[in-house]
Amino acid sequence: MMIAPRLAYGQALVELGQENEDVVVLDADVAKASMTILFKEAFPERFFDLGIAESDIIGTGAGFAVAGKIPFVNAYANFLLGNGWEQIRISVCYAKQNVKIIGHNIGASSGKDGPTHLPLEDIALTRAFPGMTVIEPVDGIEVKKAVKALAEHVGPAYMRVGRIPIPVVTKEDDEFVIGKANILREGKDVTIIACGVMVSKALSAAAALSREGLNAEVINMHTIKPLDKESILKSIEKTGAVVTAEEHTVIGGLGSAVAEYLATAMPVPMRIVGSPDRFGVCGTYDEIHEVLGLTVEKIREAVRDVIILK
Amino acid sequence: MTTILQKMACKIRQDIIEMLVLAKSGHPGGSLSAADIMSVLYFSVLKIEPDNPQWPDRDRFVLSKGHAAPVLYAALAERGFFPREELVNLRQTGHFLQGHPDMLKVPGVDMSTGSLGQGFSAAAGMALAGKIDQKTYRVYCLLGDGEIAEGLVWEAAMAAAHYKLDNLVAVLDYNGLQIDGTNEEVMNSAPLADKWRAFGWNVLEVDGHDVEELLNSLELAKNFQGKPTIIVAKTTKGKGVSFMENQAGWHGSAPSPEQAELALAELKGGNAHV
Ligand SMILES: Cc1ncc(C[n+]2csc(CCOP(=O)(O)OP(=O)(O)O)c2C)c(N)n1
Ligand SMILES: [Mg+2]
Repeated sequence: MMIAPRLAYGQALVELGQENEDVVVLDADVAKASMTILFKEAFPERFFDLGIAESDIIGTGAGFAVAGKIPFVNAYANFLLGNGWEQIRISVCYAKQNVKIIGHNIGASSGKDGPTHLPLEDIALTRAFPGMTVIEPVDGIEVKKAVKALAEHVGPAYMRVGRIPIPVVTKEDDEFVIGKANILREGKDVTIIACGVMVSKALSAAAALSREGLNAEVINMHTIKPLDKESILKSIEKTGAVVTAEEHTVIGGLGSAVAEYLATAMPVPMRIVGSPDRFGVCGTYDEIHEVLGLTVEKIREAVRDVIILK
Repeated sequence: MTTILQKMACKIRQDIIEMLVLAKSGHPGGSLSAADIMSVLYFSVLKIEPDNPQWPDRDRFVLSKGHAAPVLYAALAERGFFPREELVNLRQTGHFLQGHPDMLKVPGVDMSTGSLGQGFSAAAGMALAGKIDQKTYRVYCLLGDGEIAEGLVWEAAMAAAHYKLDNLVAVLDYNGLQIDGTNEEVMNSAPLADKWRAFGWNVLEVDGHDVEELLNSLELAKNFQGKPTIIVAKTTKGKGVSFMENQAGWHGSAPSPEQAELALAELKGGNAHV
């Protein structure tokens, strides 16, 4: 089954709006893309379109939070973080305000709109802020749980939401706790830590590797910050090698977070699968993944590399 | 002259439809609304040399509303900056006509855009550089009416007036629509002309589909001294294709082959320039 994360997100916002009157939703002229249009239709008095003004939308969100509301602030990830970065830094993170920043059209989602519209740096940008929680749900089912968890969590948070339907790899009754990784497949030879759509690719890679006699453990690291160090260490102690995978640049993302931790805690052979240090290209979602090397095959290669080094 | 410019606008509109149907994505509404403006700029106003796109003394053009790339590509191709045959490769992997204008790839593109607001700011920078270098080139910039909600636009507007950039001419594609609906519903920008006047700009208001009015206002802008000029061009989003006109839904979706055929029939019928 495939679900577009943004659709699950829009539906989850509506459910949340029913349960919690303090939730307000802000958008920057992309409500049809972010699917906040569903919330707008259900709760027009709690929905605010601020026009094409991503820095203002963050500042306004911070103001809502100061006044006791729970603002979900939405726009395309690149524009929202790019234009809103200094507002996120001071009005949200420094002021420790309870703003939920939702970055849409992440990674290759915007496809043929081309490089200007392909955010591959958003994890790096948000992860760098003190006190920021950074989440990328693995599928449509997890998006819904993440929205609930975000509303309960008090403090600055960033969540990535994709546009294109991606495989569902979790079940309704699987647990979702911010900061607690989920092991989707147990294995002993290598640990693959992934987030978002790359988890399903990691599972495909693991299935293929098992035919080669390699047994990979696959971890869904839906929370990139704070990183679930305990789960990582436990798995690495068993496997002694790690590969990470993310729909993001290799600079500053999930792979970096894991490397920063393991470099001191337990250095083991490691490879980071992600976009190389470059901008994206114009193309379909799958074409862009191919060009950037966000593929099952790249994960398999990386696994073979680290296993040789063990 | 005006008939030639009208015919060219119609040609550009046809190019836009032909490009988008093949690309299966892209932005027809805001491309069609700007076709007359681009025809007048590229076939009458701009001092440019298609064979020498990097000519240091050329007039600059910045498409700040970068999503309207098809109208720019069509104008550049029709003007001879690159072969028209390239238009069919819009948005294809490995080809140079990206979804948004890329100055490193496309001859004639003076600034890479796609993030709304930034092009205008860069245009002001180019105009300022022209001033200190005592160059006579002028810088033209096309803005969207939704785009001007970006704070950056007003920061640049203030700076352009402060530095008396009378070599900078902005054209505002005032089509009244953005993605989520009308400007009025989403983020009311009225009173537009008064705002720009208050920011120290020379403001001219024209019908953005009347090539003669456009020509005259651009001529006036050339001779106006001491202030930057903005031409508020009242347009219809989707202009020239009846089923796209004034429909927010046609902001960012490509026509199907059947719709494209209908659109081309209308455009070839000449409806676009009456
Ligand atoms: C900074 C930024 N925010 C959001 C977008 C997404 N976006 C592309 S076009 C558009 C609407 C533009 O409306 P307008 O400026 O009125 O353009 P037009 O009607 O002429 O097409 C939006 C929100 C963007 N490209 N850049
Ligand atoms: Mg508009």
